[in-house]
Amino acid sequence: MNEMNEVRKPPVATTGIIGWLRINLFFNWTNSLITLFVVYCLYQFIPWILDWTIFSADFKYNYLGEQITNQEMCSRNLDPENGGACWAVIYVRFYQFIYGFYPKVEVWRVNLAYIMLAFALLPLLYAKLPYRKYFLYFTYIFPVIAYFLLNGGLGFTEVSTNKWGGLLVTLVLGCTGIALAFPIGIMLALGRRSKLPVISMMCTLFIEFIRGVPLITLLFFGMVMLPLFLPEGIDMDGLVRVLVAVTLFQSAYMAEVIRGGLQAIPPGQYEAAKSLGMSYWRMNLLIILPQAIRISIPPIVNTSIGLFKDTTLVIIVGILDLLGIGRGTLADTNWLGLSYEIYFFVSLVFFIFTFGMSRYSLYLEKKLKTGINMGAD
Amino acid sequence: MSEESIISLKNVNKWFGDFHVLQDVNLEVKKKERIVVCGPSGSGKSTMIRCINRLEEHQEGSIVVDGIELTGNLKNIDNVRKEVGMVFQQFNLFPHLSVKENITLAPIWVKKMPKAEAEELAMRQLEIVKIPEQANKYPGQLSGGQQQRVAIARSLAMNPNIMLFDEPTSALDPEMIKEVLDVMVDLANGGMTMIVVTHEMGFAKTVADRMVFMDEGKIVEEASPDKFFNNPESDRTKLFLSQILHQ
Repeated sequence: MNEMNEVRKPPVATTGIIGWLRINLFFNWTNSLITLFVVYCLYQFIPWILDWTIFSADFKYNYLGEQITNQEMCSRNLDPENGGACWAVIYVRFYQFIYGFYPKVEVWRVNLAYIMLAFALLPLLYAKLPYRKYFLYFTYIFPVIAYFLLNGGLGFTEVSTNKWGGLLVTLVLGCTGIALAFPIGIMLALGRRSKLPVISMMCTLFIEFIRGVPLITLLFFGMVMLPLFLPEGIDMDGLVRVLVAVTLFQSAYMAEVIRGGLQAIPPGQYEAAKSLGMSYWRMNLLIILPQAIRISIPPIVNTSIGLFKDTTLVIIVGILDLLGIGRGTLADTNWLGLSYEIYFFVSLVFFIFTFGMSRYSLYLEKKLKTGINMGAD
Repeated sequence: MSEESIISLKNVNKWFGDFHVLQDVNLEVKKKERIVVCGPSGSGKSTMIRCINRLEEHQEGSIVVDGIELTGNLKNIDNVRKEVGMVFQQFNLFPHLSVKENITLAPIWVKKMPKAEAEELAMRQLEIVKIPEQANKYPGQLSGGQQQRVAIARSLAMNPNIMLFDEPTSALDPEMIKEVLDVMVDLANGGMTMIVVTHEMGFAKTVADRMVFMDEGKIVEEASPDKFFNNPESDRTKLFLSQILHQ
């Protein structure tokens, strides 16, 4: 009996590529029909999109071999039969898309900040990085370095934030908003669940107020009202005002997400921690939060991605982020009518970042699950 | 309160909403004494021992543990919790930490013990509960009996004077109950002050110095095991024993 069982293999038709195809694509006749229909649609669409974006597209020169400097020189405007996308607009305006109006002489500072950002993210992304501890120290001081590098001071010439733009603004808003909102959100979530009525009520009020107001309203609030609360003579930078609004907004959402995770922790965990003599903060930092945050990874990443995209709303208070620069370019008579190319490019850049975040969250979930069964048994 | 009492409950009352869960409970426990508390479910036995390390608050009466009265004073509560270890029905191990980390966490963070010393201590405790080979596993990879033994080791690592057990074997499969009870018997023989809420009458007969029977929030009977099992006074006790022993 046993020997028979050991040599017995699953039926061939359910394994391998053929098995997969049979189960997923050609299970019965409706299934097969849908498969064929989808294949036909892809067959029509993929060659067309490849042709438009790559094979017939202009990158720097049009089909006559001239360097493109305005929309009239795009192949598709010279000869509608003959052209795809006109990426030259991105090529010509690339500097603005990435740096805004940052002075060209000082642009190495932005580049350095971009590179340092990559290094600061490394230890967060790879737990097995050699010398991770030292990288983490760098991650902690990176915001300070980045501030002086981008804004000026400490011997660097000052570059006022109204010269910042494009991807630079998008990343500054997104990264700072997400990084600051996380700890604030944790405090708010703990506060809302606190047994002390005053703290709990204040946190609840804050969360409900911020969550009940559209981000655009908060941005206007930051722009117009925030300076009223400051003592006279102190002028708050425009970007900082927007950052405050974005961070408050994000922390309210983060708080609710983390509160959801906290509610999933069984009361026995609190009791075990307390019975070992742990104080409130130790219990939360060592026992409760690590588990609650682990549960909340998908919604945390979800709201973070949401915020990253919502930063485009700063356009309404006159700050030009990536999308803002795109719209500005469209308003330029030289590049009138190239909205497909510009929106495609802006979407692609956003997609690269948000897709990266979503992949990272999957990696994190997988990594943290190994060997740990969060269930009762 | 007599001189040698280490735990003293006097006229303790507690309500959950309108439900009077503890009614004038009086209990004195001497050092090194082993008390087994039994009674039907809902009789308040778990609530009573949870009041002793202040996982539940009592509303009237006084509870004094090792000379410290339990009041709203947070420092007193912390001090009592350092003296009193507790083992739960559902084990309540920390699932995100390995077995060794579960045990070293409190010594390192509450007692400020150096990490190496705490790890040595953890390994000694795991030897006592007979599962040193599981040190690097996670709770989710262990059987119920092993998890409960880790929970006991975790409590012991804080070097408590008193151990509270809240139905430690009720969530276990029958064949795992013995391995946990064996550890508890060893502990009792080592001279630990213990209050055990359990329905394991065999265990009670072996180790208990005194049996406490509770029903409807009151202590109905308090007697030596010999008297309790062979010649109980109250009819309620007789009924309970006849039901539980004839299973």
